[in-house]
Amino acid sequence: MSEPTQPSREYLAAPVLKIGALAWLKDNLFNSWYNSLLTVITLLGLWYLVPPFFKWAFVDSLWNSSAEACRDIDGACWSIIPNNIKFIILGFFPNGEEWRPLLAMFLLLALVVYSKERSRWNKYLGWFWVSGLIVMGTLMYGGIFGMTVVETAQWSGLPLTMMLSFFGMVAAYPLGVLLALGRRSKMPAIKTLCVVYIEMIRGVPLISLLFMSSIMFPLFLPDGMTIDKVLRAQVAIILFTAAYIAEVVRGGLQAMPRGQYEAADSLGLNYRQTMRLIILPQALKIVIPPTVGILLSAFKDTSLVVIIALYDVLKTTKVTLSNPKWTGYSTEAYIFLAVLYFICCYAMSSYSRRLEKELHTGY
Amino acid sequence: MQPQQPPATDVLKPSTPPFWRDEAKRALVFQVLALLIVALVSYYLYSNTQTNLERQSIATGFGFLDKEASFEIGETLIEYSAADTYTRALLVGALNTIKVSFIGIVLTIILGTVVGITRLSSNWLISKLAGAYIEVMQNIPVLLQLFFWYAIFYEAFPSPRQALNPFDGLFLCNRGMIFAVPEAHPAHGAMGWTLLLVLIGGYFLNRWGRRRQAATGIPFPALRLTFAAAIILPLLAWAVYGAPTAMDIPELRGFNFQGGVTVSPEFSALLLGLVIYTSAFVAEIVRAGIQSVGRGQIEAAMAVGLKPGQVLHLVVLPQALRVIIPPLTSQMLNLTKNSSLAIAIGYADFVAVTNTMINQTGQAIEGVALIMLVFLFFSLSTSLFMNWYNKKMALVER
Repeated sequence: MSEPTQPSREYLAAPVLKIGALAWLKDNLFNSWYNSLLTVITLLGLWYLVPPFFKWAFVDSLWNSSAEACRDIDGACWSIIPNNIKFIILGFFPNGEEWRPLLAMFLLLALVVYSKERSRWNKYLGWFWVSGLIVMGTLMYGGIFGMTVVETAQWSGLPLTMMLSFFGMVAAYPLGVLLALGRRSKMPAIKTLCVVYIEMIRGVPLISLLFMSSIMFPLFLPDGMTIDKVLRAQVAIILFTAAYIAEVVRGGLQAMPRGQYEAADSLGLNYRQTMRLIILPQALKIVIPPTVGILLSAFKDTSLVVIIALYDVLKTTKVTLSNPKWTGYSTEAYIFLAVLYFICCYAMSSYSRRLEKELHTGY
Repeated sequence: MQPQQPPATDVLKPSTPPFWRDEAKRALVFQVLALLIVALVSYYLYSNTQTNLERQSIATGFGFLDKEASFEIGETLIEYSAADTYTRALLVGALNTIKVSFIGIVLTIILGTVVGITRLSSNWLISKLAGAYIEVMQNIPVLLQLFFWYAIFYEAFPSPRQALNPFDGLFLCNRGMIFAVPEAHPAHGAMGWTLLLVLIGGYFLNRWGRRRQAATGIPFPALRLTFAAAIILPLLAWAVYGAPTAMDIPELRGFNFQGGVTVSPEFSALLLGLVIYTSAFVAEIVRAGIQSVGRGQIEAAMAVGLKPGQVLHLVVLPQALRVIIPPLTSQMLNLTKNSSLAIAIGYADFVAVTNTMINQTGQAIEGVALIMLVFLFFSLSTSLFMNWYNKKMALVER
């Protein structure tokens, strides 16, 4: 029985290529000959693209100057944004009343931030949203508390985009759930109506519904009766989004095991109680991530109202660009708008991913 | 209106319940009510519409389709002039929609697959770049992207006189992309026919090869043979016809280019926007599909002794495709539907042509109905295909 040999106390330094930055480079960028080649090609491509873009966007650019000064430079003319920011964001809202749409947007933002925490999701939250949206509408329309009336024709810019998408989402959601329930109903007539509605709406582009609302719908109304243009577009967006939500919710309903229905039946619950207390809470929970996806695309789709000449934030930007003073700076204006949309959508989609992770707990 | 079921406790009382607690009768009442409401609302709208149409003296019916359209369309795939009928104009629009959708779908699948695979690459740089591409493009409305590309064409590109000429035969200017094409020659027709014959032959060869493999176990390289033949035989046909190399090179005459093929800025911007937007979604689908194939599957395939190519071809792809194809088709459908945004940048697709028609004739109902019908046709045929595909795939499952 010999003593086990003690390992030598002198450690060798790890090979250079196994730790630290060099190892990271080797593992992640040069781990095989074709990856090395790809890395080199990509870096070359970036070298050709990024510095010129950087020069255009940051070095040669003007950030807050007059339109005339912009004509003399090669770089980006970001000045179009600060010079027209009020019109791009608020559009035709009357002068002196700007605090109203700003407050409304702030309110909406506060609601969104408040709703982020899952611990605050209870039945009061729904009422919060409904009352919040009503307050928003009142702020925008006015007519009480000494606020002058602002017709919806003057609603434009970012507030219009936000109203269209958030009112659309809040109204489309319950409608979508009802449609999904109808589609799963045992009553053939109700089921057929819901199936036809859902499939028809999902089969046509949103633009055809917007056309319907803007040029066809006025023909449906009795003589002398008019419904305002923004409201018509809003209804079209709601009807469109509801069909998509219905399909997502149907997926959730189908995922409910039969045992849940049978358990509810054996407790003596009727249809409404079964749905309200047992099925919907679970089904709606598992479809939260895809629902956020639908809401996200609804938000992006509100930009389509440009085509029926509503002045959402995209249209106000286009109007700004049609001003001869600022013509030719589309790239800058559209990049600004893209960043704006990206921030909103990215926040939503990363939130949905986080929710998905949190909710992925089985039943 | 919530349909209700009676409580299940009725078993205690076997006597017939009153009609409002009888499930069947109550369901009947609900349905009759629902249908009645739908019918009443439709009738109300219909009668309103009738009076409105009469008052504004707008014609009804599709009789206008035979009338002269009397508007020009920028780009057409078939012969068309302002003297043609509305039917022909609509056909031109529909063909334009199909053209942009078809090319868009092909490019989207290619770009989306490349980006999706790149996202999974072990190369940190290109994987992150692909990730950034996916995030950015998914989160910017497609209409904004269309406007952006269209503005690039109109503002960043010079006039034809100073057209950019990155390499011989290609010009970029605010009139679009102009590039050289081979001059028309009977050899091209022969090449096309040869390719078609090779593809048909390859299909049958593949079937025969599979049957033989099933019977005898000996594999037959049908795909590789077909691929080789598809390259070599058309080239042979080209050589037989005297190997014509004459090119139709665009030339600047006056203010515009003559010769070559011109792709309009409208079409390019629409195609670019649709492809870039949709391929970001396709990339995510491809990534998820490939990741859905378990690691064990690949290890098992390698353990059985399959080569890496065979692992991909026989084990990974068939399973990944089953996950990929359904959402992929719905993205293709989305692209087709989004092509209706062409109207915003002035490309004459079906919706844009119909819109012009509505403005001229005032027949909004017929016009919107036509738009809906055409897109419903696309959607329903796609879902028919999907049902067929799902059924076929279900058979493969255990």
